[in-house]
Amino acid sequence: MADTMAAEATTHSPHAEEHHTSTGISNEKLAMWVFLGSECLLFGGLLSVYMFNKGRIGPTDVGPNDVFDIPFTSVSSFVLLMSSLTMVFAVSAIARGNLRGNRIWLAATAALGAIFVAGQVYEFTAFYSEGLGFTTNLFGSAFYSLTGFHGAHVTIGIIMLMTLFVMSLRGNLPQQRAETVEIIGLYWHFVDIVWIVIFTIVYLFPQ
Amino acid sequence: MATVTHESSDTAPAAGEPASETPPAAHTPDEHASGGDHAHPSDWLYVKVAIALALLTAFEVFTYFETVHGWGDTAIIVMLVAMMLLKFFLVVAFFMHLKFDAPIFWRLFVFGLILAMAVYMVMLTAFRYW
Repeated sequence: MADTMAAEATTHSPHAEEHHTSTGISNEKLAMWVFLGSECLLFGGLLSVYMFNKGRIGPTDVGPNDVFDIPFTSVSSFVLLMSSLTMVFAVSAIARGNLRGNRIWLAATAALGAIFVAGQVYEFTAFYSEGLGFTTNLFGSAFYSLTGFHGAHVTIGIIMLMTLFVMSLRGNLPQQRAETVEIIGLYWHFVDIVWIVIFTIVYLFPQ
Repeated sequence: MATVTHESSDTAPAAGEPASETPPAAHTPDEHASGGDHAHPSDWLYVKVAIALALLTAFEVFTYFETVHGWGDTAIIVMLVAMMLLKFFLVVAFFMHLKFDAPIFWRLFVFGLILAMAVYMVMLTAFRYW
């Protein structure tokens, strides 16, 4: 029976496989898209609160112009953007059965994500030392809430990527499970597009 | 119950799977599969999208420094929003495969996006943000 299962599994490429669901599409992928749609509401709320409160600071308070380091944040934004490229390479690699390539690109994506989070930790530390704490003013509270939630999402993404990496090392992530990598990839790209919006509105909009 | 693994064929296609010998690069982006399955674009297309994203980011950062030289705030904001939306679309359409995937995914995501925008536009209007 095991031989039959193995033979059956190896004769189906992941992209020729039919989804036997009432909708004809993958339930897991559908669930991820519903989740991402709901995440738009979470980040929309945080972004709106930031926009509303960023100017509500006293004349002597620490504000955006006092703390933002655009060249530094631009580099970390670029790093996160490029992690989306390595993520699609990971999805592409497992789709064509290149498990080693998949592991390399997953690790590269996690590493780029870790660099981004490290940059955010550095940025928060620098802002704090310049006098902007979470409760200093409304700008600080809104800024740390928004970017902190995003950083937490990136961190969760890194954990998921490393989980996939370990699963692959143990042989539990064959080509037939390419969709699992694709679904985690959707989450990762979503985190990236949220940062595209945050970077523009929070950092680059004229203050 | 046996666990099916292909670790032995690490970089090679799975045994008995001639279809996987053709890399996804040979597929055209317009190639659609029924249901939730879809064809992946080529890796080169991903690279081109990444280059476009990098160039747009570079131009966004350029506008930040150019503000110093006297561009109007409204012009800067309009340009930044346009570039942000273009980057957003490129990632969603190509990296997240929505351009090639089942339309239901696109509708679900856009529904969440529009709902969020509507709710928070109303909220900001109610608080006289504009």
